[in-house]
Amino acid sequence: MKMRLVLSFVRPGAKPDPTFADAHCAGPGSNLAISYGLQHLGPGPAQQRFTPQRIRGDDEKKSNFIHMPLSLSTLWTDKKKRSLLIQTAVIVALVLFAWTVISNTATNLEKRGIASGIGFLSQPAGFDIVQTLVPWEMSMSHGRVLLIGILNTLLVSVLGIIAATIIGVLMGIARLSDNWLLAKLAATYVEVLRNLPLLLQVYFWYGLTLMWPKVRDSFDIGGVIFVNNRGIELPVPQFQDGAGIVLGALLAAMIGAGLFWHLAGRSAEREERPLPRGLICAGLVIGVPLLAALAQGFPWTWDVPVRKGFNYRGGLSVLPSLVALWFALSTYTACYIAEAVRSGIQSVSRGQHEAALSLGLKPSWTMRLIILPQALRVIVPQLISQYLNLVKNSSLAVAIGYPEIMSVFAGTSLSQTGQAIEIILITMVFYLTVSLTISFFMNIYNRRVALRGEAGQ
Amino acid sequence: MRIGIIGKAGLASLLALGIWASIWGSASAGTLDDIKARGVLHCGTGPGLAGFSLPSSSGEWIGFDVDFCRAIAAAIFGDPKAVKFTPLTAQERFTALQSGEVDVLSRNTTWTFSRDVNLGLEFAGVTYYDGQGFLVREDLGVKAAGDLDGARICIDSGTTTELNLADYFRTHGLEFDSVIVKGADDARSNYDAESCDSYTTDVSGLASIRASLPDPENHIILDEVISKEPLGLIVRHGDSEWGDVVRWVRNAVILAEELGINSGNVEKMSASSNPEVRRLLGTEGDFGSQLGLEKEWAARTIRLVGNYGEIFERNVGKDTELGLERGLNALWNNGGILFAPPMR
Ligand SMILES: N[C@@H](CCC(=O)N[C@@H](CS)C(=O)NCC(=O)O)C(=O)O
Repeated sequence: MKMRLVLSFVRPGAKPDPTFADAHCAGPGSNLAISYGLQHLGPGPAQQRFTPQRIRGDDEKKSNFIHMPLSLSTLWTDKKKRSLLIQTAVIVALVLFAWTVISNTATNLEKRGIASGIGFLSQPAGFDIVQTLVPWEMSMSHGRVLLIGILNTLLVSVLGIIAATIIGVLMGIARLSDNWLLAKLAATYVEVLRNLPLLLQVYFWYGLTLMWPKVRDSFDIGGVIFVNNRGIELPVPQFQDGAGIVLGALLAAMIGAGLFWHLAGRSAEREERPLPRGLICAGLVIGVPLLAALAQGFPWTWDVPVRKGFNYRGGLSVLPSLVALWFALSTYTACYIAEAVRSGIQSVSRGQHEAALSLGLKPSWTMRLIILPQALRVIVPQLISQYLNLVKNSSLAVAIGYPEIMSVFAGTSLSQTGQAIEIILITMVFYLTVSLTISFFMNIYNRRVALRGEAGQ
Repeated sequence: MRIGIIGKAGLASLLALGIWASIWGSASAGTLDDIKARGVLHCGTGPGLAGFSLPSSSGEWIGFDVDFCRAIAAAIFGDPKAVKFTPLTAQERFTALQSGEVDVLSRNTTWTFSRDVNLGLEFAGVTYYDGQGFLVREDLGVKAAGDLDGARICIDSGTTTELNLADYFRTHGLEFDSVIVKGADDARSNYDAESCDSYTTDVSGLASIRASLPDPENHIILDEVISKEPLGLIVRHGDSEWGDVVRWVRNAVILAEELGINSGNVEKMSASSNPEVRRLLGTEGDFGSQLGLEKEWAARTIRLVGNYGEIFERNVGKDTELGLERGLNALWNNGGILFAPPMR
């Protein structure tokens, strides 16, 4: 059974007159449809003119398309066909416009002696890049610079998204806590960070990293980790023969744990005293690879950073600019995520909570099984836009020299080649692609957690 | 100064849009006519390098690069203050010129092949012959660039500096890590916090940064210079008349020094019997009108801004904090290579 809310708007004072304007809204949510029947001036079948459009279901919509009669005389008078005609015209005009812009720009650039085209992408760049996730030589091309910039953007974005989500969820839940102090602290956090310009926060964290100890008095953690204002020097494992087996064991344990979690989860809903799933999974993931490592005699050594000459050599050096940007992005975005989480939880009606309580569910179960699944429907769309914002905000890296795409490609490559138009366009395409990809996946997820079907069904 | 950085992300795209808009405008209108019509010269300088371009506490721009803009304004309007200065980072400068946001760039910019040929720009003469050097703390014990193997070095991005550094270390089989800084201010705070062992840029820039450190006496500029950096004035390609104006203002201040004319004696010198002096100061011939300027264009510039020597000594010379020697920038007949074509 379908339930719909139908609203009709009429001009105040006027008697309901379908020839003027009427709008029908149908709820809830995605089934919303609004249609206007504007006063018709041109010729056309009188009946169609004056009958307000009905709100159609999906199947009706389809049949409407199929049965559209193809006659030239109705090309303009038929609303459907007219809109199709206009849309086609707009697309053709847009393509033509884009083509003129591009060809004109190219000829004009040439006339002014400014290089154009994307040939520069294969020209050697000739400068150093501080952090590269793929091998880099100064004789490599600007195309490679683009790749490095993209990877560095993705690195800080992924790190930022993970941290922001964790902080945001904790803060969001804390804001609703019964513990007064905790709730107030979380509220203050959100209010303060949300109201300071992000660039300022980036500078703040970056300024702090400059105040870390100098190399010669690096902060020493157990003789293996060193912190100074040039970076955080971490040891990295160097794998030897047999490491593959340990890694394989880890992977297998993770897959096994996942499967177990899923299967045990099903029965857990029925059983009175379910297995301690978390404990067993943790044991699997840690224990199995540990046994494998023992059997292989720990097949790795540690490359520990050592002070040599001016700097630390060996190990992995994490850039202060990466740390600063990561902190700034994740703490800032976490505010908005906290708000999303809070509004999501509050959107679940109090009755759900009380019902769960009266059924005798543990509070942690109530949260996990009753509240969160429903709250997610409200939270996820907001998360999408916050993740998108975080990726875009990562471009503030230009201010502190972290080598992501804006800084290294739309900054350094741009000024070394002077090809501003091409480089800015490529950069825009990159951001657009990332944004659309994130929206795409989050929308799929969103559709999965959204309420299925319609109310009353 | 961080003004340049704040809108950075947006600025780059705005400037790109600017180029796009400008190349769509009518084919290169007379820049000089535009400037005369608006009554003010648009000049691009550095955002804050003491001695070269720095706003004073009263908001007035002062410095060596700034004075060349003032000299051009004096030649056009007889008013060295008829300039609007746009502070530009190394990364923004060419786009700003290409897009027409500034008429001329006077911002310690090195004349190179690709900038001259590939960017649609034209160099209108060298104002300062420089080279790239290194600033280090004295107690590091570094004596030559070769000692910097494995060091962490601060560089401005979008400069010849970063390219030279990469070339130098590669050809000498040395290694380095770079820290990217944006402009003099950022360079100073990074270098001062020792987040890099050395700062490298044009020696003149190093002198300026060194002078602004809290303890200049503990820092040295290595004697070794690893590149040629002819710093000059730049205009857009395709408007040769405007290029001529800028080029000859630069030549005029050099010729003035060569001919012994300065801001103090310019009135007296116009009565001189030396025909080259008379041509320069407009008492003979019509060089001014050939440039589209008034007869006494050069005389005004010299009276209001001074000759090359005066500009140099006032801003960066021995008696300033920078304390730079004339060196290569002495006149050709005085041990340097500073040279201007004859005025005839
Ligand atoms: N001459 C070099 C480097 C020029 C450059 O940008 N140097 C920096 C460091 S001294 C600078 O001038 N900054 C000006 C400022 O920050 O005001 C070039 O043309 O690429």
